Amino acid sequence: MDELHWALQALIAALLVVAGVFALVGAVGMLRFPDFFMRLHAPTKATTLGVGGVLLASMVLSWARGSFGVHELLITIFLFVTAPISASLLAKAALHLRAPSKAGQAPGDRR
Amino acid sequence: MIDLALDFAFGCVGLALVLCTWRLVRGPEAPDRVLALDTLYVNVVALVVLLGMRLQTALFFEAALLIALLGFVGTVALSRYLSRGDVIE
Repeated sequence: MDELHWALQALIAALLVVAGVFALVGAVGMLRFPDFFMRLHAPTKATTLGVGGVLLASMVLSWARGSFGVHELLITIFLFVTAPISASLLAKAALHLRAPSKAGQAPGDRR
Repeated sequence: MIDLALDFAFGCVGLALVLCTWRLVRGPEAPDRVLALDTLYVNVVALVVLLGMRLQTALFFEAALLIALLGFVGTVALSRYLSRGDVIE
């Protein structure tokens, strides 16, 4: 991997480091937050950004090697579209199951 | 430089996978476990793409795309099951 320009190498390395930190922060947030609705925040934002960073780094690498990364673009678009949908469905399921929340009852929830 | 950053990213994503597994085992509620599975497959997609960068082959992107598709379908089915009691009505 030494044939690339140093600026491109630095860009790819920085994207990889940022992506790794984001993925780790998402997992730590999911492990440490006190209730489910807080725990939902960490993976849906931080981990999605982490995967986006890895895919962006891979895209820059394959673009620097002369081929445009269509596969990475496809995976990125798919993940960025589906992450909010699955988060919304999970929140609905947790509301239906009356998961305990630190913020009190959900609006409209008469127990 | 890229190899060093790849090693760092491998370590971070691997540690994130371990933490997700810990939440999957511990999770007090059923939605917590589904959320842990969701995060697990997203991190596995990142790991597969990193492996493709390390081995310098475009073969792994189809695998990553398949994992993303099937993981999304699994999350949707599990949360539908939790909220409706049935996957297909």
